[in-house]
Amino acid sequence: MDFSFTEEQSMLRDTVAAYLADHYDFDKRRAVVTKEPGWRPEVWKAFAEELGILGAPFSEELGGLGGGAIDNMVVMEEFGKALVVEPYLGTVVIGGGFLKHSGHAGAADLIGGIIGGTNIFAFAYAEPKGRYNLAALETTAKKDGAGWVLNGHKAVVIGAPFATHLIVTARTAGGPRDAQGISVFLVEKGAKGVTTRDYPTVDGLRASEVYFENVSLGADALIGPADNGLPLVEKVVDEAIAATCAEACGVLRKLHEGTLEYTKQRKQFGQPISSFQVLQHRMVDMFINVEQAVSMTYMANIKVTDDAERAKAASAAKVQIGKACRFVGQNAIQLHGGMGMTDEMAIGHYFKRATMIETAFGSVDHHLARYEFLSLGAAA
Amino acid sequence: MNLDFTPEENTFREEVRTFIKENYPAALRKAQDEGRPLTKDEYLMWHKILAKKGWVAPGWPKELGGTGWTPTQKYIWSEETARADCLPILPFGMSMLAPVIYTFGTDEQKKTFLPDIYNGDVWWCQGYSEPGAGSDLASLKTKAERITADDGKEYYIVNGQKTWTTLGQHADWGFFLVRTDPDAKPQSGISFLLIDMKTPGIEVRPIITLEGGHEVNDVFLDNVKVPVENRIFHENQGWTCAKALLAHERSGIAGVARSKRNLEKLRTIANTERSDTGSALLSDSFFRRKVAELEIDLTALEFTELRTLAGESSGKGPGPESSILKIKGTEIQQRLQELALEAVGHYGAPFLRDLSGSNATVGPDYADGLAGEMFNGRKTSIYGGSNEIQRNIIAKMVLGL
Repeated sequence: MDFSFTEEQSMLRDTVAAYLADHYDFDKRRAVVTKEPGWRPEVWKAFAEELGILGAPFSEELGGLGGGAIDNMVVMEEFGKALVVEPYLGTVVIGGGFLKHSGHAGAADLIGGIIGGTNIFAFAYAEPKGRYNLAALETTAKKDGAGWVLNGHKAVVIGAPFATHLIVTARTAGGPRDAQGISVFLVEKGAKGVTTRDYPTVDGLRASEVYFENVSLGADALIGPADNGLPLVEKVVDEAIAATCAEACGVLRKLHEGTLEYTKQRKQFGQPISSFQVLQHRMVDMFINVEQAVSMTYMANIKVTDDAERAKAASAAKVQIGKACRFVGQNAIQLHGGMGMTDEMAIGHYFKRATMIETAFGSVDHHLARYEFLSLGAAA
Repeated sequence: MNLDFTPEENTFREEVRTFIKENYPAALRKAQDEGRPLTKDEYLMWHKILAKKGWVAPGWPKELGGTGWTPTQKYIWSEETARADCLPILPFGMSMLAPVIYTFGTDEQKKTFLPDIYNGDVWWCQGYSEPGAGSDLASLKTKAERITADDGKEYYIVNGQKTWTTLGQHADWGFFLVRTDPDAKPQSGISFLLIDMKTPGIEVRPIITLEGGHEVNDVFLDNVKVPVENRIFHENQGWTCAKALLAHERSGIAGVARSKRNLEKLRTIANTERSDTGSALLSDSFFRRKVAELEIDLTALEFTELRTLAGESSGKGPGPESSILKIKGTEIQQRLQELALEAVGHYGAPFLRDLSGSNATVGPDYADGLAGEMFNGRKTSIYGGSNEIQRNIIAKMVLGL
């Protein structure tokens, strides 16, 4: 049993932290997210060429750094601290995850493009009526000769405005919400029949509604097995959850630290408000929430590679992190008083990201129900 | 970063498991199963077996009889002893007093007291709290005046009252915080004394707690004569010892392994009990949600403890972060007790352990005593520095508030 980071992982953390300290302060980020295109391709280029971090979780044969989930965790935690909007999760964790696990014939080339910074992926899985059920798909792909024809509407596809490629889940057989009959496809965003409506999200990201109208796909668009793609989707989503939990840890730490600092400076009744016990205990409870969230994030990222434990670990972590995001985020605003309500202060921006993470890939209720099923068996 | 056990660690686990199976006393197992108060001998049975084996003091330095185990081995040990429901080793001598003696005591004191603690030959009790000094421990008033007696030797004459002295009814010796300088600031006039409980002037009186048990006591000290050489560390600097002891007291308090075992018990109960609709209680959507949330909270605590252990193994002692373990650990223990009582429904009510000693049961065996455990368990968020005091400690020591 070992909870230490390798030398490479510590270096990765230092590299990312140093770059973000120089290039990603709050004011810069705020200016970027409020105007088009909503991200900085030059930062992405630096991630690829200067820092080389887009290869963090890929094997050396593929041109990566030979790391894995723990390396994603390190990067994502630092990204959380700086509220990075560039699409590492969608591209490296999710796009890279699908390619790595599926054995797709083009995987090596596509991953090469990820590492080099030219291939950017967005994950089109959610649908307007599907809520958090990964199998609730109205998007269809029908067999057409050797290939497929794709039709449907994907909701709130994070990072789609920047993407070159979409990973799309679709129903190829079976009825609505069946676990069987799901397939995963790789779709070039510029393909004929793909249209998007792009918009900003409340937490400074960019997303799209994506529409597929008779999009014709070749046989090689299929990622993983036809009709039995759900286990692959679940695996990659669990990896994405573990990475998102790490991002949350960065966000939560900043919410907590920011609150400590602010209450030490803010004076009322002739003294810093941090001297009031009721606020001290609140900040201790925030601290406990942060530490428990960090513990669960380690747990999830260690266990995410073990298929027997993965799902339970990811859901348990998402429950803990979801609760922490709400408690720490809301109390951070509360303890900042009126200042917490202003757009000018960073704290509100961390709060907004924390609130969106709370329900990303499933709410606390969703993951509690999943955990219950995995741990306690089927309900009555 | 990984959770893998090495082959050596797995062998160690097997060794521990086998040792417990072959050596845990059947008489003690029976007494535990009956749920009656244990006798003094029963309390010490397992301690003495472990002392003989050399495994009784995993937390001590190796040269004093510690096991020299790695943090992972200690973790395995706590898991296996909890799994087998072994009686926990009494903490008073072993994990509260001994670290104070080996950190602050003289060589003579180490030689005199540590072997008896190790072997379980002397039962120690704690004289910290007073009727007027609970969370504000430093306000304690028990007074010790230094005199030279007719035999030409120096003594402290101790007068006052201590309370909440756990299992003091069995104690041979006690460690006491006493005021030796009434004029100094509260923390700086305190000394740490070891007192033979057979000394004239000491009276131990039972306090019966709400579930009906006799665990804690009042201890009255009336002109108790204590040789000066029974003081640990310098006069008026006992607070340093007291604080060190409290940090050690907190570190084992998370009780993760035992809570995991109690969670298994809860699941068994909830699989046997029926819900209003006749299905297993564990498949009732409200109840199973509470169990799932508790299980997740316990997992988080387990990993927080593992992170703390990993930090300790890299040379940092138990720090103020251990207050998190105390707060979350006791909250989880109490929640488990609540849910177990809730699970048994009507059969939480019968109070069968009357003073005549009869232990007839009604209803399912597992329901017997659950209410008493829940009532008694409320102490955990009060003792060892209440959970509110733990929050003060984190606020001051960790958050710098």
